[in-house]
Amino acid sequence: MNGIHDMGGMQDMGPIEREKNEPVFPEKWEGRVFAMFLAAGAWHRWNLDAFRYTREVLSPVDYLTVSYYEQWHSGLVHLLVSRGLVTTEEIESGKPAAGTVKATPPLTPDKIPAALPNRIHAQRDVKVTPRFQVGQRVRAHNINPVGHTRLPRYARGKYGTIYKDHGVFVLPDTNAKFAGENPQHVYSVRFMARELWGAQAAEKDSVHIDMWDDYLESA
Amino acid sequence: MEKGIVDRATLDALVDTYETKIGPRNGARVVARAWVDPAFKARLLADANDAISDFGFVSKQGDRMMVVENTPEVHHLIVCTLCSCYPWSVLGLPPVWYKSAPYRSRAVIDPRGVLREFGLNLPHDVEVRVWDSTAELRYMVLPERPPGTEGMSEEQLAELVTRDAMVGVAKVEAPK
Repeated sequence: MNGIHDMGGMQDMGPIEREKNEPVFPEKWEGRVFAMFLAAGAWHRWNLDAFRYTREVLSPVDYLTVSYYEQWHSGLVHLLVSRGLVTTEEIESGKPAAGTVKATPPLTPDKIPAALPNRIHAQRDVKVTPRFQVGQRVRAHNINPVGHTRLPRYARGKYGTIYKDHGVFVLPDTNAKFAGENPQHVYSVRFMARELWGAQAAEKDSVHIDMWDDYLESA
Repeated sequence: MEKGIVDRATLDALVDTYETKIGPRNGARVVARAWVDPAFKARLLADANDAISDFGFVSKQGDRMMVVENTPEVHHLIVCTLCSCYPWSVLGLPPVWYKSAPYRSRAVIDPRGVLREFGLNLPHDVEVRVWDSTAELRYMVLPERPPGTEGMSEEQLAELVTRDAMVGVAKVEAPK
């Protein structure tokens, strides 16, 4: 979706504001929302792509003004309800529906050290023939899907070179809507800055963008 | 919690993990090791998961990482234009500026201007490579080892390494 989240290349967002010695979680509820995201995610009822999409569908005004963890919170509530872990009534009342048997959480403190290095779990150990080879010249498709995609607008239709084959990963475009993993090769594609931005960019500079097989055509 | 979907002890442990255990000190140890151990550095650049698993911060078969090396000729910068992807396992959770619209939007179109805002003026002949984290690869920059650190131990070197240098918005300063 051509939304505000896809902001690579915009120039009117103002100066970068930095805070010295910024706490990890300035407010306690932010840490709690973050932890709930990980702990509830361990049920594997949704995936990271679906979670990202909940942020992308926010209105542009909300996306730019609502705080980061508030956005996480609304995305998490949406997934908890839409994926059947909690009902709207339970969210509103804060109490389980009558007769609910208490579940056992999949993530417990003892499992955290082993769970975190495999949190994303998007790589697939399946054999898929890569469509492109390192060094090959490619063009990113010019597509404008209404749903989730990880092909940023600023790269669409642009020419680049395959720099590295990262292996086989699930395709976010379908995975985000639970329409299949479509495992395929992901490549680091090198785009020269002048191909992306024209003559104002420095001649030798480049942007490396990770792209799925389905995003590319040979050129 | 009352439904047993999550429990309080797990939530507290997760918050504590990212507040006190997983942060840029992890990445700093990896960088310092690469500075003193050429064999480790070669492994780190070839297969970051394999090398970083020596410290236990990532697993060999787990979520993928890639490390890119800054040199006098090439400067790397990490961004996620589409959301907020960041190498949690070695740098902890991202600072607000990394997730902010100004950084995400301009890092790809004007990396040199962004670096100037961070106080880093790169010479024109240095090549800038920006890594937009659009997939499930997490990037970290291996900064240049500053001059004047020849006699320092791995532990002392790790103290010099900053989060910003591992994102690529700063260099590691020589000790005063």
